[in-house]
Amino acid sequence: MARAIVNVPSSAKRGAVIEIKTLAQHAMETGFRRTQLGEVIPRNIIRSFACIYDGEEVFRAELHSAIAANPALTFTTVATRSGTIEFKWSGDNGYALTQTARITVE
Amino acid sequence: MSGQGGQRLRRAVAAIVLALAGAASAAEIPLAERRSGYEFMSRETRAIQDDDATNPGMLWVLDGEALWNRRTGEANRACVDCHGDARTGMKGVAARYPAWDAGGGRLVDLEQRINACRVERQGAAPLAHESQDLLALTAYVARQSRGVPAAVAADGPARPALEAGRATFFRRQGQLNLACTQCHDDNWGKKLAGTPIPQAHPTGYPIYRLEWQGLGSLQRRLRNCLIGMRAAPYAYGSREFVELELYLMWRARGMKLEAPGVRP
Repeated sequence: MARAIVNVPSSAKRGAVIEIKTLAQHAMETGFRRTQLGEVIPRNIIRSFACIYDGEEVFRAELHSAIAANPALTFTTVATRSGTIEFKWSGDNGYALTQTARITVE
Repeated sequence: MSGQGGQRLRRAVAAIVLALAGAASAAEIPLAERRSGYEFMSRETRAIQDDDATNPGMLWVLDGEALWNRRTGEANRACVDCHGDARTGMKGVAARYPAWDAGGGRLVDLEQRINACRVERQGAAPLAHESQDLLALTAYVARQSRGVPAAVAADGPARPALEAGRATFFRRQGQLNLACTQCHDDNWGKKLAGTPIPQAHPTGYPIYRLEWQGLGSLQRRLRNCLIGMRAAPYAYGSREFVELELYLMWRARGMKLEAPGVRP
């Protein structure tokens, strides 16, 4: 079960700075740890995250080993128009997760 | 040794004896002085717990909600088919566990209660301790009791179990010869290797522990303490653990539940 929680204000005034919070469920296995038998546990991390606001990318992040499990990313953007905000995570082993939220701008 | 020096030495020895006597007089924390582990955390860690948008425990709560509504087992029944909406039906339930199970004639904690339901009502295999599914269901049920005061029944058949749990809490064990009470009753608020010693109130379980990078049960946390004392931990689901859980919940009676808690 791959899951994410996104928090976007449902409405905002045009031109207002809005805060967006995201939380993705992921073990973020670093690739540096070993089992008790000495075998390396393969890396399994989220590699990138992007936020697309009404078709336009407004935020992007590259994630690396040693970022905590279940990474939380909080960022701000300017409320420009009503529409859909899309969140995309992708990573090792074909991990891909998309979540959407709607915002009404007056 | 001069007379004055001898007197000074005697005084020093008396002071040490008094200090040891003070340390040995383990007493329960007065009700008004009890504080959740939450209050010992940094502002930043509190902020993670306070906001459901950043509390990673909520990911398990959402998983638990999905499991609550999913049919399983030979009976092809979901939790929701008997219990209905957990938001109303499960409110306050976690605050009453561990509880005496009259049918089974034993004390059960919330995880064991969920598993009993799975086996008896759903005809499904019990979930393993610390498995993601059991943690998710427990977190979902416990979440419904957020803000509800802990209120375990400590009378009737649960009384001997409570006393056994209390005895475990006060018993010295392990290679360090320590009892739970020595840290959590006598020295709470001080530091152990730079980390604050909390009062050990189990109000936030299952917790998302930053050290674990995941969700874990109270028994996992208790294992942690026992290993730290260099004592052999009890087995998951053992009577000793459930009795200790009962004592801890009774000790926290009246304190508000905050599951899923976040701890450092």
